[in-house]
Amino acid sequence: MTEARSRRVTIVPNGPVLVEGPVELVTDDGTTHTSDRFVVAVCACRRSKRYPFCDTSHRKRVRSDDSPESQDDSR
Amino acid sequence: MQLPSPRGPLSEQVVATLKGDPDGRAIDFSDADPYGEDLTIALHTLYELHYGGFDGVHPAWEWDPELLRLRARIENVFLEQLRSDVDGGEDVDATLGDLLVEHVPGSGVSHHLRDNGTWDQMCEYFAHRSVYHHKEADPHAWVIPRLRGRAKAALVAVEFDEFGGGRADRMHSRLYADLLEGAGMSSGYLHYLDDVPAPSIAIVNMMSLFGLHRSLRGALVGHFAAAEITTAPSARRMAQALERLGADPRCVEFFTEHIEADAVHEQIMRNDVIGSLLEQEPSLRADVVFGVQATEHLESRLGAHLLSSWDSGESSLRTRLRWLVSQNG
Repeated sequence: MTEARSRRVTIVPNGPVLVEGPVELVTDDGTTHTSDRFVVAVCACRRSKRYPFCDTSHRKRVRSDDSPESQDDSR
Repeated sequence: MQLPSPRGPLSEQVVATLKGDPDGRAIDFSDADPYGEDLTIALHTLYELHYGGFDGVHPAWEWDPELLRLRARIENVFLEQLRSDVDGGEDVDATLGDLLVEHVPGSGVSHHLRDNGTWDQMCEYFAHRSVYHHKEADPHAWVIPRLRGRAKAALVAVEFDEFGGGRADRMHSRLYADLLEGAGMSSGYLHYLDDVPAPSIAIVNMMSLFGLHRSLRGALVGHFAAAEITTAPSARRMAQALERLGADPRCVEFFTEHIEADAVHEQIMRNDVIGSLLEQEPSLRADVVFGVQATEHLESRLGAHLLSSWDSGESSLRTRLRWLVSQNG
């Protein structure tokens, strides 16, 4: 008989909580969100527009200095 | 897939050789533009032998010593130019840190498409990116045998996700084909290659270059991390752009999948893949930095091409007429 392996949860400083998938996440309104990704990034800053999943909205924002790099970014 | 149309003497010779009609002359391309149309499509054609190959071209050409010798000469021109165009250095954390900052207001291609982009510009963008997304995550698979331990396990996990977690209908390359069909475009493999100019193709050549050479494994990993870090915010803007334009849900789905996937992949690439690789091989720091900087450099050249074309009311593709015919045909 194999022992069940503990699921790893990694807390990223100033970032999301990484949970080994698949997971079901239940939000306060009672909605169940599912993801079967190998690791799921759960929003910890509440700024995500795809809450409860991380959409990188936790990132530091700076006023653009109109540098050529920021002008030309193709993405 | 058919051989592409040549764009100059070098690609003419490569295509003629693969058609079984070589002229046998050693071509001098010492003054060829390392980012130009001719050299870029020639190198892409030589790399394609390692991916899907071409109709009517014998698969043995993949390992033809003369062709590999030519490829090495072309690669050196491209690689030397890339090295001389970037700042270099060994500070991996600072280099990646620069990518982790959101500039407001931003002004890149995804900002333009979100705020002011037209549907034609969106379709052009889809054509540009199709050169990569038809083989999404393929060049990165070549680095797997060059990694060990945690770096390997983590990169394979990211690749597994890119390849749909074992489900063909969820492969990112399939999601892109669905996007193209949703946009009323052809989803045929590299269907738009002849329409796409060098700046987009050079990015894919860089991935193949980094993937095929063990000596560039650090650069491949740096490139992969840079791409994953920058994708989630731009994918969010692309999804907004497509919703504004009333696009087919299949177009939106490709980008919403990438918001959530790449928010995860970014963490795994930085902490597990790069972290572990550099613990094992600290001497690869400069290569990782190079991979990040080369990616930013070529993406920035593509961005400048797209925005300057659109600013002047022109198509960013090479062959607008052919493009329109293929759209309607």
